[in-house]
Amino acid sequence: MSQKLVERLQQEFSGEIRTVSNPKGDETVVVDREKLVDVLTHLRDSEGCEQLSDVVGVDYPDRDERFEVNYLLRSWKNNHRLIVKVNAAEDEPVPTATGVYRSADWHEREVYDLLGVPFADHPDLRRILCHHEFEGHALRKDYPIEQGQECSRPEHLFNDQDITAAARRATTLVTDLDGALDEVHPSDLLTVNLGPSHPAMHGALRAEVLLDGETILEARTEIGYIHRCFEKESEDHTWAQVMPYTDRLNYCSAMLNNSIYASAVEKLIGVEATPRAQAIRVIVSELSRIIDHLVCICANLVDIGALTNYWYLYNVRESIYEQLEKLCGSRLTTNYARIGGMSHDLYEGFDLEVLAKLDQLDEGISDVMKLVARNGIFLDRTVDVGVISQADALSFGYTGPCLRATGLAYDLRKTNPYWGYENYDFAIPTGTNGDTHDRIMVRMAEMVQSRSIIIQALENLPDGPLNVDDHSVVMPPKEKVYGSIEGVMNQFKLVYEGICVPAGEAYGFGEGANGELGFFCVSDGTGNPYRLKVRPPCFPIFSSYAFLAEGGMIPDAIATLGSLNIIAGELDR
Amino acid sequence: MAVDLESPSNFITTRLRQAVNWGRKYSLWPLPFEVACCAIEFMSTVSSYNDISRFGAELVRFSPRQSDLLIIAGTISYKQAPILKTIYEQMAEPKWVIAMGACASSGGFYNNYSTLQGADRVIPVDVYVAGCPPTPENLMFALTQIQEKVEKEGLVPASDRHTDRAEA
Repeated sequence: MSQKLVERLQQEFSGEIRTVSNPKGDETVVVDREKLVDVLTHLRDSEGCEQLSDVVGVDYPDRDERFEVNYLLRSWKNNHRLIVKVNAAEDEPVPTATGVYRSADWHEREVYDLLGVPFADHPDLRRILCHHEFEGHALRKDYPIEQGQECSRPEHLFNDQDITAAARRATTLVTDLDGALDEVHPSDLLTVNLGPSHPAMHGALRAEVLLDGETILEARTEIGYIHRCFEKESEDHTWAQVMPYTDRLNYCSAMLNNSIYASAVEKLIGVEATPRAQAIRVIVSELSRIIDHLVCICANLVDIGALTNYWYLYNVRESIYEQLEKLCGSRLTTNYARIGGMSHDLYEGFDLEVLAKLDQLDEGISDVMKLVARNGIFLDRTVDVGVISQADALSFGYTGPCLRATGLAYDLRKTNPYWGYENYDFAIPTGTNGDTHDRIMVRMAEMVQSRSIIIQALENLPDGPLNVDDHSVVMPPKEKVYGSIEGVMNQFKLVYEGICVPAGEAYGFGEGANGELGFFCVSDGTGNPYRLKVRPPCFPIFSSYAFLAEGGMIPDAIATLGSLNIIAGELDR
Repeated sequence: MAVDLESPSNFITTRLRQAVNWGRKYSLWPLPFEVACCAIEFMSTVSSYNDISRFGAELVRFSPRQSDLLIIAGTISYKQAPILKTIYEQMAEPKWVIAMGACASSGGFYNNYSTLQGADRVIPVDVYVAGCPPTPENLMFALTQIQEKVEKEGLVPASDRHTDRAEA
């Protein structure tokens, strides 16, 4: 299917498209900058590529055209993916794709911020992760990793001209009872800043809203408050050392990040985890999905005033934490997966303990459902609040539960099965309306599905080795390290140089708790990643937040935000 | 504090400083500056299993003007630093600060262009908690250390405590 897509594309744009052979299976084409928008438009309209899932910039300072910008496209209908590459020299503008995909807005801002690639005609080309006083571009190879730059004050998101313009726009919208225009003065509008230190903004998100009465006329969002430079840190560490950093991306479900990262690097190396490791990844990932959804739902319910549910659900989460702590010594930041397998095997009696925890989960879910399912206040606060249509959701780059709440049964575990997900019997819960209520209920139903997957995986847990039998990837056994010089050298080289991942690029992805979590890995053959770009599911979802909040009231905006489950660690990286 | 056992009555004798500090010690109102992973462990500490209210500190306030214990839970970036400083300055005296976790204490394993190498570069910190993230037990231990500190303090306006850092 994919092969034909590239051929069709070459016929359509004869001579303008160069294919790149990519042994890792990601279809890649190179186009000229001038043709980029035409190609993307064609792919969207005629080839069903309805989503731009990420834009990845890579810096090659030695090349004439220093920057490479990769557009990662995805089609749900035809289930194919395509990477479109353009090259650009320093200061050479790349045409913006914001007219084709709405998600391009923030992705391009990020490439501009971190690499300094200018995008021509971008509507709002500002920094996004670094602060507004930052100078230089941090992900360029010549920017020293430790060179911090202080920020003296936060940036205001609305200036006087913005407020005047918003008042003018509002005037044309509002008419009084006689049908005459009801003029809105700039002084009638009130700017309210929410966050970044605000309980409902989950710590590190910020929105500034312009209020006309109680209605949000315009909203603007700002992120980057916990930008911890995951990508720059990755380039400074070996592939294996990146693992603990992945814990702290989506810290509500660290096991998922660990496992998907390990799979992505395995894809680039060309090894496949053993059946036992795959099954263990499924179990711990689904446990993680459950605890992630629990935090999302309980925080969301607290935000709309239903505090009791927090006590009920958090106890379940706490008890699953105990389990994870027993398994890998840490509650939150697990660092459990390894490239080529897992850090260690499950302990004796793990399965029985997990089954007991799952019973607690049932109890928690049923307690909460009793409290909220037909609760008038809950329904008033969530039904038809923060509605997004399926088309908008796709264009904004939604994946995961937020996309499924609009009624689209899109789940990577079904469409692109990995770790043997095709062998498990589970359903994809969907919503109908794409509102806050549906997002909460989809998560509730997904926990039940995850529970079923865990039980199936525990019943059919394969025996056999845990790690791949390749000691250029996994550490040799301790007997060899202590017993032979080859073993010592093997261990030394793996620790000191790292796993020498063959040069190339690969995009590995999986269904994270919030949607598609992907790692775009570029290796130059050494032990450190040349470039490691995370595709966090939250990032495109939060880019739509202003769109969702506008027209509603602040309490609605708060309820909506909770249901989107934005995790700042993953959003800002 | 002392109760006169020979002629029991409904009053006790104590010193003003002790009585006030006894009250302050068991009614710390925390403001969680929830930024990153540590915030999740803070949530665990508040939840019913660990139950921070055993230490009288369950009244989590999100307004700096109503709280006297700032818990910095997470990584402080350069972008976040001016906000943290503003929040700290908005809190009324007496006030105490816990730096929860490796990032808030020292930047943790994020030694890079965006991460402040410890919250104490911007505001004074009373107790540092190790861990990435610290477990709820660690945080509760830090809370008891703050309580010990509160107990020993004088009645003078506590703004004097941090004069060495005020200009920094």
